[in-house]
Amino acid sequence: MNTLNKRTLLKTAALSAVTLAVLAGCGKKEEAAPAAAPAPAAAPAADKLKIAFMYVSPIGDGGWTFQHELGRKAIQEKFGDKVETSFVESVPESADAERVMRDMAGQGNKLIFATSFGYQEFVQKVAADLKDVKFEHATGYKQADNVATYDTKTFEGAYLAGIVAGGMSKTKTVGIVASVPIPEVVRNINSFVLGAQSVDPSIKAKVVWVNEWFSPPKEAEAASTLINGGVDVMYQNTNSPSVLKTAEERGARAFGKDGDMSAFAPKAHLGSAVVDWTPYYTKVVEDTLAGQWQSGSFWWGVKEGAIDLKKIADDVPQDIKDRVEKARAGLKDGSFAVWTGPIKDNTGKELLAAGQVADLKFLTGINFYVAGVEGKVPGTEGK
Amino acid sequence: MESYALLLGSTLSAGTVLAIAALGLLINEKAGIVNLGAEGMMLCAAIAGFATVVHTGSFALGLLAGMAAGALLAVLFGWLVIWLNTNQYATGLALSLFGVGFSAFAGINYVQARLPDTPKFSWPVLGDLPVLGPALFRLHPLVYLTMLLVVLLMWFLYRTRAGLVLRSVGESPQSAHALGYPVRRIRLLAVAAGGALCGLAGAYISTVYTPLWVEGMVAGRGWIALALTTFATWRPARVLLGAYLFGGVTMLQFHLQASGVHVASQLLSMLPYLATIVVLVLISRNPTWIRVNMPASLGKPFFPGS
Repeated sequence: MNTLNKRTLLKTAALSAVTLAVLAGCGKKEEAAPAAAPAPAAAPAADKLKIAFMYVSPIGDGGWTFQHELGRKAIQEKFGDKVETSFVESVPESADAERVMRDMAGQGNKLIFATSFGYQEFVQKVAADLKDVKFEHATGYKQADNVATYDTKTFEGAYLAGIVAGGMSKTKTVGIVASVPIPEVVRNINSFVLGAQSVDPSIKAKVVWVNEWFSPPKEAEAASTLINGGVDVMYQNTNSPSVLKTAEERGARAFGKDGDMSAFAPKAHLGSAVVDWTPYYTKVVEDTLAGQWQSGSFWWGVKEGAIDLKKIADDVPQDIKDRVEKARAGLKDGSFAVWTGPIKDNTGKELLAAGQVADLKFLTGINFYVAGVEGKVPGTEGK
Repeated sequence: MESYALLLGSTLSAGTVLAIAALGLLINEKAGIVNLGAEGMMLCAAIAGFATVVHTGSFALGLLAGMAAGALLAVLFGWLVIWLNTNQYATGLALSLFGVGFSAFAGINYVQARLPDTPKFSWPVLGDLPVLGPALFRLHPLVYLTMLLVVLLMWFLYRTRAGLVLRSVGESPQSAHALGYPVRRIRLLAVAAGGALCGLAGAYISTVYTPLWVEGMVAGRGWIALALTTFATWRPARVLLGAYLFGGVTMLQFHLQASGVHVASQLLSMLPYLATIVVLVLISRNPTWIRVNMPASLGKPFFPGS
């Protein structure tokens, strides 16, 4: 779902003949790189597992695609001669995706990672024709015999960030710059606030919706408005480091998301909720090499190392860091779940009783704000 | 009270980005050339300005580099449409797509780069006023210069001989040519000036307004600026008002959300576009407005001697 992000503009970019030409060049350069590694001539090329990655935006987006690329590099390094990876970037979520995937299969790739939600229908179509190729589709919900889907529990990262926010907010009001009102984003907002309230139950939260995944100037304007309204710590579910940068300018604090954004705003940065695809990619490649690849739906979190709050700022008090560590440990060993009752929505209705842990259906259908968040989720005003 | 003053201040900042670019496009269009490449020029200028500030540490040089980048692309565009008579709309679109792609390519190594802190500006005395000072008199100098630019442009277009020639080139290039004016050179100058201003707007976004570089960061402001020239019926003062209106409505919807006013945010996001439609309807009720101001040869190629 996160992948809807890149969209409007990057799609335009992808359309540009120049970009395609330039980026195709980049892709080739990377493909050539593994050959430079010491490759014993004895290993016949046919033994190698060929793996291809399809990216929706250029690697230079600094967020979503960049993180997937880190995962690709990690498996190339880990499995060395046993695999041969390649990628194609800036593939539009259109029939072009289908052509790219067929081309990848034609070149002998047996495992294809399609890393954007919008590829779903094309993955289904191609996979039905090419039964001997395994497909991995990020953020999708449709599986098949040779199609598995996977995603990351970004809300666990939001919760850990929330703990830090709760410890650092002096005005006791935190803010969230939100993108598009889908359950994932609403779940992240709430998880962030639950994290903050675990430190200080009196914490209030304001949400401003930009209604776009990516518009740095608008994100900055929204962040400014939150600061004007008395917010001193912000989280964002938009895609650029713009909120962080605005916090830096205005003397507020904020978090990075998806990637490590500390370099953008060293003074304002409180930590980055970093998505790490490497553990999942490693598992998939291991399974495939062992001939044990299976279809399914995978939703990995802190426990599997798919998401974590990294680079926590030095000025965060030790007791807050300890709380983060405790929650992290709990998520890892399964003794703690973010969505554990009692949880009330902001109209006072109890949604999870004390001790009750939310199930998948509850988590994927969240369309309310928890107590302490102002306003209503867009689209639910009349309810 | 204080929050309204802040709202007004941020409206002026938000409108300035749009106003600078739209004023540039207005100069183009007054000379009869439509340049749909604004978004691409702004993006290229944004990375040019950003990279310059990263390497030199000077914001002034960054803005100048942005202007130069914008002007350079505009001259290329101008050469294609004025001398080779390529279709203005198609060429502009191509320029826009090229700019989006090229800026992304050129900016690969700057994605994580940092700028020095933006220098703070404050009007003497006025900047120290309570409430109003921080909100209205400590904005970036370009915000105030843009207001000055509108006055200068109005004076230039409607009070000087050069402005009259420029407009005549946009109204009737054949007549201007018959009178001995170098129509093509004048059009190229106008296009270059427009490109420079679009470039200034782009560099302002990446170095001052949202001081960072990520791909596609202009996020459609070039297209809004294009719409603004029509919205303002090719009048500089209306361009400025329109820009503040567009910027203001966006800021207002954020402000309402943050103050907990329960209005659907999608509805609020729609407001700037709704406002455009309302104004277009008002304009079309009185067609003389648009006819009087729209350059008669806008978008049409000119063949000297024909």
